[in-house]
Amino acid sequence: MVIAVTGLNAIDSPGPGVAVIRALREGLPQPLRIIGLSYETLEPGIYLDNIADKTYQIPYPAAGTEALLKRLEYIHDKEQIDLIIPNFDAELFNFVKLAPTLFSMGIKTFMPSMEQIDSRDKTNLVQFGIKTGLSVPQDFTMYSSNELYYAGEQLGYPMVVKGKFYEAEVCYTLEQAQKAFYKLSSKWGLPIIAQQFIKGMELNIAVLGDGNGNAISIIPMRKLYITDKGKAWAGITLEDDSLIQVAQTFVKATKWKGGCELEIMRTPEGQPYIMEINPRFPAWIYLTAAAGQNQPASLAKLASGENVEPFSKYDVGKIFIRYAWDNIIDVATFQQFSAKGEIDIN
Amino acid sequence: MVIKKNIATSESGFIFNPSTGDSFSANPLANEIIQYLKEGQSIQKIKASITDRYDVDVFQLEKDLDNFVLQLREANLLEY
Repeated sequence: MVIAVTGLNAIDSPGPGVAVIRALREGLPQPLRIIGLSYETLEPGIYLDNIADKTYQIPYPAAGTEALLKRLEYIHDKEQIDLIIPNFDAELFNFVKLAPTLFSMGIKTFMPSMEQIDSRDKTNLVQFGIKTGLSVPQDFTMYSSNELYYAGEQLGYPMVVKGKFYEAEVCYTLEQAQKAFYKLSSKWGLPIIAQQFIKGMELNIAVLGDGNGNAISIIPMRKLYITDKGKAWAGITLEDDSLIQVAQTFVKATKWKGGCELEIMRTPEGQPYIMEINPRFPAWIYLTAAAGQNQPASLAKLASGENVEPFSKYDVGKIFIRYAWDNIIDVATFQQFSAKGEIDIN
Repeated sequence: MVIKKNIATSESGFIFNPSTGDSFSANPLANEIIQYLKEGQSIQKIKASITDRYDVDVFQLEKDLDNFVLQLREANLLEY
């Protein structure tokens, strides 16, 4: 089987690619060939042993679907790819749009539809909560800083001001909210979202849906060590039926297809609120394999048409601790990828 | 007063709450008290058991025990 994987940027704000590949290698039979797809020449996963067998550079998402398709046709011609697993929010639109074309070329995918991706968007979260019956924080989508006053009146302080794609700031006054509005809108554009502040414990759930309303795997995790970018540097699997229930309700209501990550805030009273839904595997996805539910390998099996039964148990108390490692390569290796846009590693 | 059923404890005094991922270390006496609570013993019986075996002022024991139970509650380890 030949599987192409993106997100090889195992950096301080990591992409999930390296973890996805590690899980695939552990959970799928040989022969297995992994093709890395990278945007930049310094993505660490390109140069690691036993991760990607070969990596090809692909055009940035902003280049559009045509440029991506052209490149994938070239790569497919050489590698005969069976399955592509995209791992970035920003690239999903292009891959979802190309999915029928890729399928006609013999390349499978296992991703949510554009409608599913849109429905869980930050700007649609309240509607999503109403539709599914799941608890979500109240919010206001704003196109002008003038709207902050009203949002503050309605939501109260502290209030969370969130960027369109990334980053969020907890604001305790109108002045702080205005500052955050300008900062985040200059970085990520409009709209800006003002969200009700929910006090509680931050938890994450990795979920794999089969597209028919069944959750094949659900693994809840609590971050034990968080970087200054808010990323998990260590985490532990949890036992909590209410979190499993939330994930099952989510998958059933959306008929979610593929992997995703639910970001949850659990109040001191035990009420779980969905704060955000990421439409792809999280960077800590290898923990699902370590806990006994290999989500990337299960996704590959689902994509191949295999019948995958929902997992019923996992190991509670499994901990991942990420680490930094200086991988040494020769400039000739780097030059090969820089100049040719492709490199054999294994 | 009962320790939550899913709380894992070890002989060395390591306590793990699988619902929150929190872990704690208890000293030998605290670990002993936790074992009593897990068995469902009452606070009165635990007090009696400790005063039987240790040379401890009853007033001091009650104060320390109340404080310990408060810590267990704050750590979300008690059923009710």
